[in-house]
Amino acid sequence: MSEAAAIETHGHETVQVDQLETSLTPDNSGKLGMWVFLAGDAMTFGAAIAAYGALRIGNPNWPSPAAYLGITTTAIMTFILICSSVTMVEALSGIQHGNMSKYKNFMALTVLGGVLFLGMQAFEWHHLLGEKGMSIKRDLFDATFFILTGFHGCHVFGGVVYNSVLFIRGATGKLTPAKSGLVEIAGLYWHFVDLVWILIFTFIYLI
Amino acid sequence: MTTQAAVSANPVHAEHHETNYIAVFIYLSILTAVELGVYAMSLPQILRVGLLVALAWAKAVIVAMYFMHLVMERRALWMIAITPMVLVTFLCFMLLPDLTTRLWTRFDHKIKVPVSGEPVAPPAAQVPPGANGS
Repeated sequence: MSEAAAIETHGHETVQVDQLETSLTPDNSGKLGMWVFLAGDAMTFGAAIAAYGALRIGNPNWPSPAAYLGITTTAIMTFILICSSVTMVEALSGIQHGNMSKYKNFMALTVLGGVLFLGMQAFEWHHLLGEKGMSIKRDLFDATFFILTGFHGCHVFGGVVYNSVLFIRGATGKLTPAKSGLVEIAGLYWHFVDLVWILIFTFIYLI
Repeated sequence: MTTQAAVSANPVHAEHHETNYIAVFIYLSILTAVELGVYAMSLPQILRVGLLVALAWAKAVIVAMYFMHLVMERRALWMIAITPMVLVTFLCFMLLPDLTTRLWTRFDHKIKVPVSGEPVAPPAAQVPPGANGS
């Protein structure tokens, strides 16, 4: 706290402020902002999953997920998302060490992982809506499935756009190693999307 | 943005990120394979659900710790990360009253067998046995 007071009296030299961090100041304000956003997002997902659990436990006629949802496609999707998290940290490592070609390659792979995930989700939805006859209006099993996986899919789509922008900025030279903090913040979002999918995969598909 | 740039380019800070990500990836892949194994085995329901939930949380914690760098962050960020979990736990407790009523109808439905065409009265409105005609 004494540090914090000292910083404030020393005016607006922001670089110096960040070097003398208080316990409530992360490395940069963008990262703090992303963490706060993710905490709110985690609440949304948490509320949705808790509601799903309450509906499911209370309903004796809840169908077995295995009767509708195959896990082969989704297990591959899970694996793809884990791989894309690894490529994201490798991209971050690349830009932090000034290796822009490593950054661009791994960022492109991260975007590709997201696109593959979305493509497989579209394929799965097409199968469930068509051959399996599922519909968001049919019953609570279907409604909770489409809402949870759809909301997560929207997040993946957002992440793909986010990462694509960073990739393009890196490829055009607008993103330099000095701004690697931006990639770290995008990485937080992308890993969070991966984390949520790990939980959705278990609660919706496996249990 | 200059602040962010200056801090991120700091070599001391960059040094923090030297985690062996391939090892983390291998752990996550192994845990996923174990999950699929548990899914395929015919275990008792409680054991199966318990194992799957534990494995999922283990994976989620690994992602948060190593990919999101929580393991090397300040405790203040931990507070932000833990808050939604605490609140969701409260939310689950808040759902309990609703769940208990639903479970009552689920397991005690033998008390009243609805006849086709007869409107099913809510539990609170049911007449206790032996009180008919009084």
